[in-house]
Amino acid sequence: MTDTIAKQLALVIDLNTCVGCHACVTSCKEWNSSGWGGPMPDTNPYDRDPSGVFFNRVQTYEAGTYPNTETIHFPKSCLHCEDPPCVPVCPTGASYKRAEDGIVLVDYDKCIGCKYCSWACPYGAREFDEETGVMKKCTLCVDRIYDKNLPEAERKPACVLACPAGARLFGDVTDPDSDVSIAIREEGGYQLMPEWGTKPGNQYLPRRKVKRVIHEDELVRADNPLKKEGPLPRPEEGTPSLDDVTSW
Amino acid sequence: MRPAFSVIFLTTLIGAGQGLFLALVGGQFYRVIGAAKAPETGVFFSYGSGLVLALLGAGLLASFFHLAHPERAWRAASQWRTSWLSREVIALPAVMGAVCVYGGLHWLGLNPVLVTFANAKTLDLTMALGYAGVAAVLALFVCTGMIYGCMKFIQEWATPLTVLNFFLMGSASGLVLATVYADLMASGLAELYAGFAMAMTVAALIGRTASLWRNGNIKYMSSLQTAVGMHHRNLRQVTRGFTASAFNLKEFFHPGGPGMVAKMTALFLVLAFALPLLLMMVGLAEGLAPWFGLAFAVQYAGLLAERWVFFAEATHPQNLYYQKVA
Repeated sequence: MTDTIAKQLALVIDLNTCVGCHACVTSCKEWNSSGWGGPMPDTNPYDRDPSGVFFNRVQTYEAGTYPNTETIHFPKSCLHCEDPPCVPVCPTGASYKRAEDGIVLVDYDKCIGCKYCSWACPYGAREFDEETGVMKKCTLCVDRIYDKNLPEAERKPACVLACPAGARLFGDVTDPDSDVSIAIREEGGYQLMPEWGTKPGNQYLPRRKVKRVIHEDELVRADNPLKKEGPLPRPEEGTPSLDDVTSW
Repeated sequence: MRPAFSVIFLTTLIGAGQGLFLALVGGQFYRVIGAAKAPETGVFFSYGSGLVLALLGAGLLASFFHLAHPERAWRAASQWRTSWLSREVIALPAVMGAVCVYGGLHWLGLNPVLVTFANAKTLDLTMALGYAGVAAVLALFVCTGMIYGCMKFIQEWATPLTVLNFFLMGSASGLVLATVYADLMASGLAELYAGFAMAMTVAALIGRTASLWRNGNIKYMSSLQTAVGMHHRNLRQVTRGFTASAFNLKEFFHPGGPGMVAKMTALFLVLAFALPLLLMMVGLAEGLAPWFGLAFAVQYAGLLAERWVFFAEATHPQNLYYQKVA
């Protein structure tokens, strides 16, 4: 697969930045319910035992023993593998990987709904749509990233635009000078379940130790010749002020 | 994995049908080499082929219930280069076609001699077609088994035992059915079939026990650490990220409780192997057809349970991501 794709668009998710707000989950559902990738129907949404289709989930993990614990918010969507195991198993050719940008997609008109591709994905990235009877998955917002009607800055997946913390980067991971490649290289980006040789396009930036050293002169004013803390004395009435209009 | 009843019926029904066809061709071969006491007529093989077709057809019908868009099923033959499922979609009708021609020629009595060998033995048309059918049946067993065997990260399935056991269990139930059929047709082949059926049932028991033992001792390649990419010894999920249900919770977990797989395993070991062997022995000793019929029914029920366990015992690595809700 690797030598046949022109580039590999993918997400790089910074686990050190993600705050677990689920904005990417809801923006994904909103955009894709109304776009090419949708609908993403819910069954019994307001009833007992609700269920629904999502392309993106944010999960939470905890490492360590209290009180020395670390919380990891972990967004999970299709990783657009370079060697996607879900594609060759599809009996109809509905599941495919685009040569031009490496995005793994499902042709909803060819899918017979046998669910075999979802078995073949070790990450559980595909979710079956009971309403339309076809397999669905993250499209990397293929209907928005090439849309010339959108301003260039908005030609990104909905989840990337929605992330308030800027934890999601989007770009071509095969281009060594792209933002995503630089982030992977410099921040130690890694792939999920490397043991299966799927070579996911999406990568994750690990949690990093952020230790702040606070020096004393950051707490105590250094430019204080009288060494006296407290409010400055009020100047005399009529003393020129900085802007000559206001007065103390 | 969730055991889908459509697939359970598909694999057990076509397994029995394939096994029965192997028995029919084996019976004809037995006649050709001159070992049979009373040679069988074409009627025996044509009606038998009809029974094979009925089983394969029922399996094919069951498979359609697995599809959300059965009207597009024809497309499933297109990806035979890469997909074992696609190959099965081609192999199953191919076997049905071969069985149809084999049974049809027997019924019509069209059986010209193709080759006469130096020892005066002959290869006639139906025997040659029978061999071709056997090749197709074996190919179908490989396709069915490899659909599961090729899933390398479902480690319970990713073993040659998967293909072997589909073959052994299908052949065993087909041979038991062949015994019932031969006995009903008052054929001299019944005893031969009974012997092979018991041998194959024992072989299937050995094969399935081997896979049960193997699956009980699997060291999983994936862990929560590789799934999240955080190599901390004490890593746990706090929440899967949603409280509602989802496809990921339904498709990859089995609906039974914690002890269900063990109970069903014990059940199928008795029903699919031990009890049919006993019933076949009683049938052979007493010479009574109902015992063979009972053996087939009990074994088929046992194989349904076996297939349920086959799916339920398979652990999908995606389950690592769906362990807890908060």
